Amino acid sequence: MSDTQTMPIKVGLFVTCLADMFRPEVAFATVKLLEQAGCEVEVPRNQTCCGQPAFNSGDKHNSRTIARQTIEALEGYRYVVGPSGSCIGMLHHYPELFTEDDPWKARAEALKARAFEVTSFLVDVLNFSGIQSEFNGKITYHDSCSGLRELGIKQQPRQLLSEIDGVELAEMQEAETCCGFGGTFCVKYPDISNRMVSNKTGFAADSGASTLVGGDLGCLLNMAGKLKREGREVQVRHVVELLADMTGTPAIGEADYDLGQPL
Amino acid sequence: MQIKSPEFKQSARIALQDVNLQKALGNLKAGFPGKRAAAVARMPEFDRLRDEARDLKNHILEHLDLYLEEFEARVVENGGQVHWCRTADDARQTILQICREQNAKTVTKGKSMVTEEINLNEYLEENGIHPVETDLGEYILQLRGDHPSHIIAPAIHLNLEDVSEAFHEHHKRPKLTDPAALMAEAREMLRKQFVAADVGITGANFLVAETGSTIIVTNEGNGDLTQTLPKTHIVVSSIEKVVPTLEDMTLFLRLLARSATGQEFSVYNTLSSGNRRPDDQDGPENFHVVLVDNGRSDMVGTEFQEMLRCIRCSACMNHCPVYGAVGGHSYGWVYPGPMGSVLTPQMIGIEQAALLPNASTACGKCEEVCPVRIPLPKLMRHWREKEFEQHLTPRAVRWGLGSWAFLATHPMLYRLFSSSASRLMRLLGGQKGRISKLPLASGWTDHRDMPVPTGKTFMQQWQARQKQENKS
Repeated sequence: MSDTQTMPIKVGLFVTCLADMFRPEVAFATVKLLEQAGCEVEVPRNQTCCGQPAFNSGDKHNSRTIARQTIEALEGYRYVVGPSGSCIGMLHHYPELFTEDDPWKARAEALKARAFEVTSFLVDVLNFSGIQSEFNGKITYHDSCSGLRELGIKQQPRQLLSEIDGVELAEMQEAETCCGFGGTFCVKYPDISNRMVSNKTGFAADSGASTLVGGDLGCLLNMAGKLKREGREVQVRHVVELLADMTGTPAIGEADYDLGQPL
Repeated sequence: MQIKSPEFKQSARIALQDVNLQKALGNLKAGFPGKRAAAVARMPEFDRLRDEARDLKNHILEHLDLYLEEFEARVVENGGQVHWCRTADDARQTILQICREQNAKTVTKGKSMVTEEINLNEYLEENGIHPVETDLGEYILQLRGDHPSHIIAPAIHLNLEDVSEAFHEHHKRPKLTDPAALMAEAREMLRKQFVAADVGITGANFLVAETGSTIIVTNEGNGDLTQTLPKTHIVVSSIEKVVPTLEDMTLFLRLLARSATGQEFSVYNTLSSGNRRPDDQDGPENFHVVLVDNGRSDMVGTEFQEMLRCIRCSACMNHCPVYGAVGGHSYGWVYPGPMGSVLTPQMIGIEQAALLPNASTACGKCEEVCPVRIPLPKLMRHWREKEFEQHLTPRAVRWGLGSWAFLATHPMLYRLFSSSASRLMRLLGGQKGRISKLPLASGWTDHRDMPVPTGKTFMQQWQARQKQENKS
């Protein structure tokens, strides 16, 4: 990345509401990785949620309102990068919300062309291969649906993970099968969602891995919550935590740490 | 068939607890997807054929009237008759009329989902005509007073023991447990019916415009006996099954078998082109095609038009994690799984079917395997939009979405909300890192713990960090 050393690439971080609220470490790890790859990272102030709950529930009016705000908030950056295939996938849906004669259509298209999920950005755009991390243990990787099928994310996280010293990837059965999260689906159809996540945690445990890794916090909160309820030992982490060598925080749903920060 | 789609959630809950059903669904998941994957892997041009099939179907749908009229003209030239039926009721009455003209007492039936859609069997029974299903799966279901739970493997929800029991009870023979012996017994019973039937009714996988032919694709050969032995053959088909030429048909056949069962080609691919001609050795004396619209032409030109590309292979349901968990009957009407979740609202109304297009995580697996690339998740979402526009979405959900949207479009309020919610959750579960019971989120916490935030929100921490950096 010789050219990036002279001219940093300006990246706007799309934090995603789940990382913002549940696991800020995921956003910090994303910043760290982007900086390692020669980017200058800013956090656009007016960003909130990508609007996926409204979009998937058929509420087009609110989807559009949220989309317009998000488009505006994320303009002015060469790239927009976030730690979620699902939320970045939602940004890619924005053009569908506007008619051809709507000026927002072109702005939505422009955002779509600049918006990337973090592992895909590092591999596909920057061709980055400078992971500096160590993680001793066997991991297994869950392919989240939106990233996999809307953005084509499959090899990118695996390629980056393979650069970590000490890590061993043990693929689980049905790594590409949905974990049953599905946004509001998990609360609208709790019984079905429960069956799907139970299948998933079973496969994860059977893989022999001690850590389940993925790229979307929605899925990870779902699977971690189930693993904890089942009393299984498998820990859950976002892929960027491993890649950025930031695994000091307890795994998702765990708290064997000193509550140092004031509530 | 009685509509039970509004009870989807209850049906699903029961299905999830049904040990026998779960065992049967396990067989399905262990079978079809692997076979399809192997068949696709043996065919490097598979994805190119899918593109061709999608484009050809789009072309056909643009000229549906033209191809259907051409089809009709050829059928008539071949000596057959075509009946245009706008509604399910039109179709039922037309079929009954033909049966009555033949003084039919018994009709044999090949497997056909359209006849399920128009509720034909019940109607014929009510009118004194006895329909006999000849597809093995359908035959078993008919004995049990049951309905298909899958579009190509109708009895997939049953296990061997269920079949054994049904045969023992209805055939009045000693109980058999060997699948081959059961099949032989069914064959023996059906043979008499094939010979006795006055009318044979089949569906059609495709209608060929250039030759006026209909084709059925089966693996049992029952369809052939159904359509060649009786004096009268009635083909019941929905309108979107027409293709321009025989060559076009072969494109779809190549995709259909591989997507459905993982076969290169189905065992029987039987074309019917009109009634028996003087030098034909066999065939029906009367040949009728009943074209069923039943809401389909209303889909043309709408956001749901793409659904009419469907060739009924069942790959979407075979790969669907929701179908795999709850089975086909939970959907409460004829067509289950992702394709059913798009078609059913069109046919029975979104008011009754709203739970179906919502019963999807939008994981996209169905679209990934669809041989004609129907964007099923998108179409399910379009139904959710209709539901929302018509104010059918539950009030609590609408309120929740509205509140969330309000917050999301007011960043300062949003920050206040997220930091407070984070703090509250940490107070409730910070010691353990998770919450096991949360009153307003029981849908989540009934089945799994809720991980709690690890600290202040990212935005709070980031701002603090920026301030720190600016000072130093």
